[in-house]
Amino acid sequence: MHIDTVARAGQSPDTSQPYAELGMKDDEYARVRAILGRRPTSAELAIYSVMWSEHCSYKSSKAHLRQFGEKVPASAARTLLVGMGENAGVVDIGQGYAVTFKIESHNHPSYVEPHQGAATGVGGIVRDILTMGARPVAVMDALRFGPVDAPDTRRVLPGVVSGISFYGNCLGLPNIGGELGFDPCYTGNPLVNALCVGVMRHGDIKLAQAPGPGNKVVLFGSRTGPDGIGGASVLASASFDDASQAKRPSVQVGDPFLEKLLIECSLELFAADLVVGIQDLGAAGVSCATTELAAAGTGGMRVALDRVPLRDPRLTPEEILMSESQERMMAVVEPGKLDAFMSVCAKWDILATVIGEVTDVSPEEAERGGRLVMTWHGETVVDLPPRTAADEGPVYQRPYARPGYLDALNADDAVGLPRPVRGAELRGDLLRVLSSPGIADPSWVTSQYDRYVQGNTVLAVPHDAGVVRIDEETGLGIALATDGNGRYTKLDPYTGTQLALAEAYRNVAVTGARPLAVTNCLNFGSPEDPGVMWQFAEAVRGLADGCLELDTPVTGGNVSFYNQTGDTAIHPTPVIGVLGVHDDVSRRIASGFGTAGAAVVLLGETDDEFGGSAWARVVHDHLGGLPPRVDLAAERALGALMAEAARDGLVDAAHDLSDGGLGTALAESVLHGTVGARVVLPGDPFAALFSESAARALVAVRPGREEDFAAACRRHGVPATDLGRTTGTSLVIEGAFADGPIRLSADELRAAYEGRLVADTER
Amino acid sequence: MTARVGVVTFPGSLDDRDAARALRIAGATPVPLWHGDADLRGVDAVVLPGGFSYGDYLRCGAIARFAPIMAEILPPAAAGRLPVLGICNGFQILCESALLPGALTRNSSLHFVCRDQRLRIESTDTAWTGDYRVGDEPLIPLKSGEGGYVADAATLAELTANGRVVARYAGANPNGSADAIAGITNEHGNVVGLMPHPEHAVEELTGPSTDGLPFFTSIMSRLVGTPA
Repeated sequence: MHIDTVARAGQSPDTSQPYAELGMKDDEYARVRAILGRRPTSAELAIYSVMWSEHCSYKSSKAHLRQFGEKVPASAARTLLVGMGENAGVVDIGQGYAVTFKIESHNHPSYVEPHQGAATGVGGIVRDILTMGARPVAVMDALRFGPVDAPDTRRVLPGVVSGISFYGNCLGLPNIGGELGFDPCYTGNPLVNALCVGVMRHGDIKLAQAPGPGNKVVLFGSRTGPDGIGGASVLASASFDDASQAKRPSVQVGDPFLEKLLIECSLELFAADLVVGIQDLGAAGVSCATTELAAAGTGGMRVALDRVPLRDPRLTPEEILMSESQERMMAVVEPGKLDAFMSVCAKWDILATVIGEVTDVSPEEAERGGRLVMTWHGETVVDLPPRTAADEGPVYQRPYARPGYLDALNADDAVGLPRPVRGAELRGDLLRVLSSPGIADPSWVTSQYDRYVQGNTVLAVPHDAGVVRIDEETGLGIALATDGNGRYTKLDPYTGTQLALAEAYRNVAVTGARPLAVTNCLNFGSPEDPGVMWQFAEAVRGLADGCLELDTPVTGGNVSFYNQTGDTAIHPTPVIGVLGVHDDVSRRIASGFGTAGAAVVLLGETDDEFGGSAWARVVHDHLGGLPPRVDLAAERALGALMAEAARDGLVDAAHDLSDGGLGTALAESVLHGTVGARVVLPGDPFAALFSESAARALVAVRPGREEDFAAACRRHGVPATDLGRTTGTSLVIEGAFADGPIRLSADELRAAYEGRLVADTER
Repeated sequence: MTARVGVVTFPGSLDDRDAARALRIAGATPVPLWHGDADLRGVDAVVLPGGFSYGDYLRCGAIARFAPIMAEILPPAAAGRLPVLGICNGFQILCESALLPGALTRNSSLHFVCRDQRLRIESTDTAWTGDYRVGDEPLIPLKSGEGGYVADAATLAELTANGRVVARYAGANPNGSADAIAGITNEHGNVVGLMPHPEHAVEELTGPSTDGLPFFTSIMSRLVGTPA
């Protein structure tokens, strides 16, 4: 085999290299040459091309993401044990416990190969959490597809769900919720965002670093195979002209059984204090792990690439560097602890191989960004400063401009749409909204996920947030929700992103949890489109401002660009995850009506707000106007009220108002519980039923605690409107409309709610 | 007075901690057992927990059946001396081991199904169901992809005739199991295989009910007698 060594690179400066095929721009390639003072070897080119890719370097988004470091909420100093930049942020939840959580996209692989794409999305985020030293305790997923009946959706949706089900269930991680949305803009661009949360004691936090010269670099887990290396085959064919290297899968294949062993093995290694640094292998595989570990350590590392265990012995150094084979980890281990490390791996049948060691660097080398040397059967194929690959990638100030179509879109207000007036019309529209994909029962999807494993799931689907018990003795627990509404964000990305944040915050708050911290997955079209870049800039600005005002720091996140087909981008879809804490999880509030005779109270103020609403979409197929107004102070007040109501046992049930408004919330509260309700709509019945004004929730007050709850509402400045009482099994809605009241039996509600998705998805 | 009940962890076991918790809540002392150790550590009974032992590769339970710990479990279990409860993957392992007849196959829906399932208790004459009454309808999570019980007609007839069907699914059959069978026992009544997960229905806070607890109190009653 013909190997492109450093020596050879020095002797053949003019060799043409396929950097453009690897996605590098002319000036990026020139910069690599300037850094090295020569042309890169093909192995070095492999490293720079993946490390400086949009996915790994955040080169288009970095300039905007800096705001999260500039607009830091006051609580960050108190709650953030590890901030952005590590594999995942770490949040102090009290009692000596810390939680790490993160959401990440696997959109493109899930479109190409839905089952494996979604499965490895779960696997990747779980390893990120594990890498922080935490035991993963739950997963969630936020999914968006094209219309339910589109042929593409029928291919992608069942595959994505089976992939998440297959991988997550096999890992023994409860799936505690998420989102399921449908819109034509996601046809050909499904969004598959996977979230994982893990728990550790404060002292157990691990970092991705390689300190201590002489420490061993150990690769453990799966063998490295030729999966997920689209770019490397370009290098291979350009350098070696070898036809056998041609067709290789660019989507990785997951083995959840091996990942389960890797989790247990790693946690045992951590518990025995056998590692000083750890990094999972995800995007960019060995390239990423070695450069990042070295960059965060002494800056020096020496790796023998030929020691990497392979599934296919024909792999070249470039392919090994770029392979995204799943279920691999890299650890830095003190020599004296290597035997113990190896025996833990052997216990779990995990292959572990020393592939290199941490080295010292001279002051001159440190100045250049450290020194990472890799050899292939004794010949040097990589000799580069790792910080230049890991930390000092290009940063672009992409041009951005408000899209020209937006004025017309915002002017096309939903106010002009014909509205239902009579009771029968209101009833009909309510059932249509309730049965629409995205609002209707998601259990065709969620029943394929294990929500019980680990025995700590307190709330999961269909409740507003997932709630997990952390400590059986004290009842300490966490709540998690993700939200994102691409329709709102399309109309106004700044406001739409804040609405997503507000909804996730509210979803956590209505369970009685105190919202603490935020993660995000920002799904957008091409950053090279100034209109998309403007959406992105506005979304990030909205999120940073919103987090500042809600006092919930951003702990990390993920950016997914290029979600578009041709020139048509998806709706900008920031998915925001909020983590909250329950000091005593037994006081959590569920969403279904469970006690007859409870006062049904609407919290917050309702305005006439229909831009981007579910009603406008379902009844009129309309998207226009402006999204609902954001009032983050009102969200905070509502959150504080709900935390107090949970602590003092004032309410039996609480449900956030969002898509579909009060009508949908009332129906769901009946469907998710055991009791019906009789309510009287205040004011304009149409606005009361379908408006999507933010900062609202529906609660059922515990009988006998009405006065206490009303006093709490006044104290927190939360407007409260008595709607009626829980009673019977039906939902009965009265108001200022003709031929009322609207009567909906539980069976009618259930038929509308449960019907659609199953029938359309099962072929 | 307590009983020591082993919970085996195979590579890929998932509900082992949950089973141990349920045993603890029932008053037993759970004892972790490792698949690779040919040592029962003096336990009085054994739970084979749910999960995907060995990734469910080849066939669910087919590889776990050959683990060193199974060589210790099989003879006393087959002889009626050692009570064994196999839950989900554990049930599959018991069938692969031929401690119980029949097999578990892909759900009729072809999907993994996780749901709160009502069962009907058919036999209380086992080591694990003595604290129920026949006709009880506990609500217990079912979560499996290969939960469809199959056996030949003669076996099914024999199971029913001899009271060896421990529980059936009440209402709609969730996975296509023959005769709606959710759990069966051996001729001695000491070995029970159950597809649903009673260990997930032992606390109000985390389960749909606490209806699963009698599976674990039953073994306590059997081993140490009913507390006064």
